Amino acid sequence: MSEQNTLTYARVNDDIIRMLDKPTFKWWALFLPTLLFVGFGLFCFIYQVHTGLGVAGYRHPVFWGVYITDFVFWVGIAHSGTLISAILFLFRANFRMSIYRIAEGMTVFAVLTAGLFPIIHLGRPWNFYWLFPYPNQRELWVNFKSPLLWDVFAVSTYLTVSSVFFFIGLIPDIAAVRDRVKEVPRKIIYSVLSLGWKGSNWEWLHYSRAYLFFAAFATPLVLSVHSVVSWDFAMSNLPGWHTTIFAPYFVAGAIFSGLGMVITLTVPIRKIFHLEEYITLDNYDGMAKLIMLTSGIVGYAYGIEFFMAWYSGSPAEWGQFYYRATGEYALFYWIMVVCNVIIPLPLWFKSVRWNIKALFIISIFINIGMWFERFNIIVISLSRGFDPAAWGIYMPSWVEIGITIGSFAWFFMFFLIFLKTLPSVSIAEMKEILPIPKKEAKS
Amino acid sequence: MSDKQGVLGVFSYVDVTIETIKKLRDAGFNNLRVFSPVPNHEIEHVMDEPESIVRFFTLGGAMLGAACGVGFTVLTSMDWPISVSAKPIVSLPPFMVIIFELTILMGALATLLGLLVNSRLRRNAPRTMYDPRFSEDKFGVMITCSKDGVKDVEEILTSQGAEDIKVDGV
Repeated sequence: MSEQNTLTYARVNDDIIRMLDKPTFKWWALFLPTLLFVGFGLFCFIYQVHTGLGVAGYRHPVFWGVYITDFVFWVGIAHSGTLISAILFLFRANFRMSIYRIAEGMTVFAVLTAGLFPIIHLGRPWNFYWLFPYPNQRELWVNFKSPLLWDVFAVSTYLTVSSVFFFIGLIPDIAAVRDRVKEVPRKIIYSVLSLGWKGSNWEWLHYSRAYLFFAAFATPLVLSVHSVVSWDFAMSNLPGWHTTIFAPYFVAGAIFSGLGMVITLTVPIRKIFHLEEYITLDNYDGMAKLIMLTSGIVGYAYGIEFFMAWYSGSPAEWGQFYYRATGEYALFYWIMVVCNVIIPLPLWFKSVRWNIKALFIISIFINIGMWFERFNIIVISLSRGFDPAAWGIYMPSWVEIGITIGSFAWFFMFFLIFLKTLPSVSIAEMKEILPIPKKEAKS
Repeated sequence: MSDKQGVLGVFSYVDVTIETIKKLRDAGFNNLRVFSPVPNHEIEHVMDEPESIVRFFTLGGAMLGAACGVGFTVLTSMDWPISVSAKPIVSLPPFMVIIFELTILMGALATLLGLLVNSRLRRNAPRTMYDPRFSEDKFGVMITCSKDGVKDVEEILTSQGAEDIKVDGV
């Protein structure tokens, strides 16, 4: 962290709060096309609601396709935010300090995006609230034994807790912005959001405790949420889904994809806002090492799935995995393997971990690979069940692709607004890793 | 108007701030509040505040969440039995997921409540006794004392090299 020695408390405020200055032409040049794609996604959704779910590519026997793939993908992206903000906080890993705010923001926006897909996927999306257990005149009640209901509880809890965690971390920083801005409307908004924070010893005492407990709660929560998502599949008796390794396999994959997305997002931000002294190469090295670990777990899972399918002696299981690697979807399968297992391998060399361009390129491939992983698990398993008479092929329609592109734009739209409204690097926590100002040290 | 006065000293260094706190304590001024841009263990140590009670909010919330989870799943399932694949109506393993999520949810929300209630975010110090530089790079010591004590406090703060001193009613 030698690069950070030139930083001072006052400079941290200057540099981070400067990011909230009036949006530049570059920002608008990114934001407006994003809005356009959100609009296109919305158009596709309205068209689907108006015409019927038939416009999606669903064909017998595949009735979970790109929408559920997108749901699992976005929930996965959401995971590294909590990993970085909570788990690495408990482990006191200092490399998280500069990136955790961006990762947390990413978590909240990714869950907001993920939450749309189960609704988009419904034939009658206006009835989505039937999933919530509340007394109603239809005298319906929910089935607590269904993994889909577990999902409702897990994802909504995750959205609530990660949003609160995000906001709590922001309070001292919003106060710093409040103390700096002069324009009246902004001053009022930041004053309200800072909840009157003054940085007194009494506030820091309770704040530090509360933050620790939040981290302690968020850690098992993040592990549970993607486990529950994996049980949406693993609880079903279908070749390729019905396996006990799904929970750790999904959690590792989620962290892997989330870290990829953090790198994809932070590299341009670091460059545009000149944050080289904050988000250091050392920080990227830490993330790259986590990617190496999770890529190894994911690669192991790919291999062990084949072994278990063969060792089980079940023709349906073995047929499923043989088909994944050699059938109509083989291209997608091998894209997944190459992107998630082969392309991250150079990270074992320090020179690659410390090369920003290489990291950025690898992170893009990880995003692509992890999307295809979810597609392969969901679609290929459904297209080849137990009964050969019920086998079929599914390919996404333009409506599904449009909504998927719209979902990426929706995510980036929130992210771009976040960059210009809230401090994207934690001011208070960055100061914690700087030398404490002491007269003794100065003299 | 109260006969109490607030005196605020602004400092640039943690060690000077801590030294000032000790001197004020020695002079009999114990109603102190310290402001800092970051949490600092040395300040926490010298202020010797009791352990935060936020943890009881967290524990209480989590236990309430677990109890609500058990009650919600078990009682409503008994009240409205849905037979699925001949499994027991009250089937704890699947209910555990809901119970776990509600434990986390209510524990986290109770922690938020504990933070807001205990740190008294809105009323822990009068606005006049706050300096915007505290969120940047300065440290502050606020002393609440009687009007007679103001002079002594000011003397201590000046002798410690306070960069700025404010006096106001609290």
